[in-house]
Amino acid sequence: MSDWSAAPAPLQRRLLTVLGVEELGAYRVLRVADVDTPEPRPGQFAMLAAAERWGGGEDERPYLARAFSVARRRVGESHFLLEDVGPGTRRLCELEEGEGLWSLGPLGRGFEPPSERRRAILVGGGVGIAPLAILQDALEAEAEREVTVLLGFRDGARAQGAALLRGARVATDDGSVGHHGLLTELLAEEIDRDPRAVVYACGPAPMLEAVRAMCADRAVPAQLALEAGMACGFGACFGCAVPKRGGGYLRVCLDGPVLDAEQLEYVDAHAGAPA
Amino acid sequence: MSGPVEFCGLRLAHRVINGSGTFDAIAAWRVFGAALTRHFPFSAYVSKTITLEPRAGNPPPRLWEAPGGMINSIGLPNKGLAGYLEEDLPQLCELLAEAGTAGHGSGEGDDPASVPLITNVMGSTGKQLAQLVAACDERAEIAAIELNVSCPNVETGLDIGADPAQLEQVVLACRERTGKPLIVKLTPNTADVPACAQAAESAGADAVSLINTLRAMALGPDGDVWLGGGTGGLSGPAIRTVALAQVAAVARRVSVPVVGMGGVQRAAHARDLIDVGASLVAVGSESFRDPTVAGRIAHELAA
Repeated sequence: MSDWSAAPAPLQRRLLTVLGVEELGAYRVLRVADVDTPEPRPGQFAMLAAAERWGGGEDERPYLARAFSVARRRVGESHFLLEDVGPGTRRLCELEEGEGLWSLGPLGRGFEPPSERRRAILVGGGVGIAPLAILQDALEAEAEREVTVLLGFRDGARAQGAALLRGARVATDDGSVGHHGLLTELLAEEIDRDPRAVVYACGPAPMLEAVRAMCADRAVPAQLALEAGMACGFGACFGCAVPKRGGGYLRVCLDGPVLDAEQLEYVDAHAGAPA
Repeated sequence: MSGPVEFCGLRLAHRVINGSGTFDAIAAWRVFGAALTRHFPFSAYVSKTITLEPRAGNPPPRLWEAPGGMINSIGLPNKGLAGYLEEDLPQLCELLAEAGTAGHGSGEGDDPASVPLITNVMGSTGKQLAQLVAACDERAEIAAIELNVSCPNVETGLDIGADPAQLEQVVLACRERTGKPLIVKLTPNTADVPACAQAAESAGADAVSLINTLRAMALGPDGDVWLGGGTGGLSGPAIRTVALAQVAAVARRVSVPVVGMGGVQRAAHARDLIDVGASLVAVGSESFRDPTVAGRIAHELAA
């Protein structure tokens, strides 16, 4: 189960069959039959596009495939977490059982397991909690691995997404569920309790930047899964550039999406994704 | 319609190549491994644009999804000429040789197996371009050179490729520096593209390629200019009919081979470009959606 090595991605996009799209508060969980995939490493992603009616939506979009972290693997199935924020994500949310889905992947660099027996703190915000679910599965499959899950959401409807992971402490911006305030306030408590922990984070850029800054201040190793607009997912378009420490850019698809926090001076908020 | 073809003295396995800057073969090799060379989609590989000095590229955001296409404002990131020759060229040669061994290469010539490499270069003066051409001319691994002239001339402020007289001077300067096939990638962002093609031909270009992306811009949700570079280039199906018109007009005007591109997604689109006079067809944005599409188009053209 906890295979941390990544095989080369298949060159051909694969036509998968949708098993279902289930509501999870403000989100949807897309389940597809996915038998002959190389096992995705936690943090890896796929480029998804509906086989039919991909285009011709709002503003004659979508055109490009959309990048999604693999949220979970079950025998013969892959799961993806969706939020309707534009014509591409809307079409994916509207998929019905039996429809076709193009998938290119698994792509990118995934998470690295913590060294020794250090506790893993998983920090997720919004739809960015997706890769932490498959990470939690992999970590908890290891003996004697302690995992703490902290998730932040804008409101109560989104906070229902916390059910994707097990045993999460939740913070909401509006106070409707769990801690009323910032996710980083919960993170500070956990780090103070166990300064030898390692942090795995995914979420909106401002949240990731707050996590990065806090971990840097307290010398806690952090791996950040970034989101960025990308046309291809395999290094061809150079669209998903984020500034790296010391100048120049990294390609999120190729060098990430999981980056060591030390690779970044800050998490850039400009790499918006085609929605 | 396909099968092996001759293009500027190069023998190519079929008529489908890539548009410059739309397929990073070295990155794809890392991602897809040996499957890439086994099923190499292009009969010649065009590098991304190389400049004299390294470039980091434009600040993000670099992409915008447009109706039926996309706008990119990448800013030509590259390692510079020295970095390209030292780091990228050996890797490209290795992978193109493997692709050739797998049957995607040319059938004759000095290195019969390799998929030919076309190196695309850009400078902001004629002198810079000529210097890049001269450096490429010295490398046997480079089969042909493509000039990206969609760049403002720092001396005149005009896009080098937008004015026939200026373009002719620049191509003449490059022509003197190489005996390798010289392809001029025309800009579509000018009043009279056929006149520019004719200028390139009379200055000694062996072929012209078109269309490059159309200048475009987008405002984000807040009404601010979205792209970090301000404007960008529109590509994808949205430009297919513009490409067809420009390729047809250029093919009527010049007698050198024309490489046609713009919004090609299927064999039918490639056939249209060939029907109006293109010798080769390049696939660009569609490879982003499906890295194997060019190979499939080549296969369908041959059928």
